[in-house]
Amino acid sequence: MHFDVTLDTLGLFCPMPIIKASKKIKELTVGQVLEVISDDEGIKKDMPAWCETTGHHFLGLEEEQNGGTVHYKTYVKKSK
Amino acid sequence: MRPQPPRVFFCEVRSMPTTKLDPQVALAELQERRPDRVTLVVLSGDMDRVMSAFIIATGAASMGMQVTMFFTFWGLNAIRRPGVSSKAADWLRRMFGFLNKGGADTLPLSRFHFWGLGTRMMKLVMRRNRMPGVPELMEIAKDLGVHFIACTTTLGLMGITKDTLIDGIDQFAGVSTYLAEAKEAQVNLFI
Repeated sequence: MHFDVTLDTLGLFCPMPIIKASKKIKELTVGQVLEVISDDEGIKKDMPAWCETTGHHFLGLEEEQNGGTVHYKTYVKKSK
Repeated sequence: MRPQPPRVFFCEVRSMPTTKLDPQVALAELQERRPDRVTLVVLSGDMDRVMSAFIIATGAASMGMQVTMFFTFWGLNAIRRPGVSSKAADWLRRMFGFLNKGGADTLPLSRFHFWGLGTRMMKLVMRRNRMPGVPELMEIAKDLGVHFIACTTTLGLMGITKDTLIDGIDQFAGVSTYLAEAKEAQVNLFI
């Protein structure tokens, strides 16, 4: 999926990926897409929930096998 | 402001003025004026409970909510500077302040504390997994603009003086301040 900025939160647990994403998205301009990579499974539900509350657009999720762990890549479009 | 309609003293049938307000826009404006609010009463001084409180607080703040944490009783230990002795007026409270150790990094686990061993093991596991502890989460919370309120009544009761607390406490207040906040909030938690 196309993205403008990527954020690596590998190895970090809840609520760090969301906190980092909320800070990072402020650096983007409206319409740009942020990719957040995490290995915390909670992000599958947390990111859509965060988007719903903050009003940003959740574009989708990709799962990628990486050795023994799964990397979850979520895509958020800055909407305001 | 719309101009006030002229006052009509006689009963008169008038057609309703047509509104051009989009309900979606109105709702958005309303939500913008009143952000979602969260309040947390932190009564416990247990590391796991305080950590949960800070995780919820930081999570909510990064979701754009306005968060207020009200520290009372043992929860005050989380916002005490470590290693600072109490300067309470009477010896009883001074003694209590001495026995009741404070500091975000010195909070015991609610279970499996084992005179400090269990808590130290838990902290080790957390550090190895790059999990933020209470001091780190507290810094993040402050950074995200979470409001800290310290309860003045319990400060006095427990022999904790204001000058032994960390910097950045927004208010020293009581139950009315908390309730005034809680009344406006959608999420109110007692931990």
